[in-house]
Amino acid sequence: MSIKKTLFGPVFDNNPIALQILGICSALAVTTKLETALVMSIAVILVTAFSSFFVSLIRNQIPSSIRIICQMTIIASMVILTDQILKAFFYDIAKAMSVYVGLIITNCIVMGRAEGYAMKNGPVMSFLDGVGNGLGYSVILILVAFVRELFGSGKLLGMTVFKTINEGGWYQPNGMALLAPSAFFIIGFLIWGLRSWKTGQVESE
Amino acid sequence: MSSDSTSKTLSVALGLCVVCSVLVSTAAVKLKPIQDENKRLDVQKNLLLSTGLLKSASASKKEIEETYSRSVETKMVDLKTGNLSEKDPTTFELGTTDKDPAAALSIPSVDDIAAIKTRAKVRPVYIIKEGGVVSQIVLPIHGKGLWSTMYGFLALAPDTRTVKGIGFYSHGETPGLGGEIENARWQAQWKGKHVLSEDDFEPVFRVIKGSVDSSTPAADTKVDGLSGATLTSKGVQSTVNYWVGQAGYGKFLANLRNGGVL
Repeated sequence: MSIKKTLFGPVFDNNPIALQILGICSALAVTTKLETALVMSIAVILVTAFSSFFVSLIRNQIPSSIRIICQMTIIASMVILTDQILKAFFYDIAKAMSVYVGLIITNCIVMGRAEGYAMKNGPVMSFLDGVGNGLGYSVILILVAFVRELFGSGKLLGMTVFKTINEGGWYQPNGMALLAPSAFFIIGFLIWGLRSWKTGQVESE
Repeated sequence: MSSDSTSKTLSVALGLCVVCSVLVSTAAVKLKPIQDENKRLDVQKNLLLSTGLLKSASASKKEIEETYSRSVETKMVDLKTGNLSEKDPTTFELGTTDKDPAAALSIPSVDDIAAIKTRAKVRPVYIIKEGGVVSQIVLPIHGKGLWSTMYGFLALAPDTRTVKGIGFYSHGETPGLGGEIENARWQAQWKGKHVLSEDDFEPVFRVIKGSVDSSTPAADTKVDGLSGATLTSKGVQSTVNYWVGQAGYGKFLANLRNGGVL
């Protein structure tokens, strides 16, 4: 597989959220604001890339009987590192993300890529595959967060776009957009859109 | 040696664990001082924001520290008597000392309207002086909202019943609904409200549903509820009433009114 395909394939052709339906839980949790979604995206890209890289590096040493737990150990270490670094250098954002950084550990995308790709491919390609899947996740996350923040609080990145009634404007915010279920609808529409565009993704009946 | 032999499995597991734990613990230990510093600064910033001494949440580190050391004085209060205590303020940590069995007492359930179960016997108050005169008394408060314990600061005027400001620095309420307790516009209407009654200084504060009609009686003790966050609003109301009441800082506030303590 070419580098380009490894890196950008997961963005639209094989999107982890829209096609593989992985990582939905965090996509619901961190998408009320665009800013947290952006940070979460960066964190997930880094974690997926580096854990795939390290798993791939020692893939020939890992005994198959304990391979899952070995992958988990590496992933968990990467996540804790990311969390610590965020808390030290981006405190305000880390505060807004609260437990969700820690929950990257349970994000199926990370583990899915480690088990499904990194165990069979070289470190560099695994790293790129991690970045690619992280990007695919990010695209959806950012789109969802864009819609939710705009319609839920009339803002983008904390800056007012629609002035809400609370602030003395005209916009009645859609409270539903701020609650987790709204992300299901938005992701549903995204999947619909994506499958209308790339008809190859539709399952045959 | 095959990759699947027992000895190989054990050595890989052991090696991986050692490498990962060294990595994680090094990061945790090395970054701890910076993280603690951030936390301390964040609390100071929120305290200053609640008093109005600091106008913007994006103030620089230097500005926060200078304002804090210039105008905030920490005193420890024994809540049982309402008198000042000799305890070192640095031994008190917001959030943890209230749960420390050595320093805390369990709150009888009739009094525990804020649903916090335990609180420290000796707690800090922050005295704000402007031009040598006490201008505000800031109480660190906390109580249960819908999902989480909300931590904040309540700034009172020297008459102990007029609110000067409110701020919450840590909570896990729903963003956009209960999380709006952080909203500066909502907090702004607290200013000038009364949390204690005029004659007998009983806690009378209310967070009501909808908005406050200023022509209704006792409108000066009510603030607008947060829409879609009834339980968070109730939690805020109970939290304030608990801490300004007799089970909280009530005795200290009474002493202040009688001209004692400070």
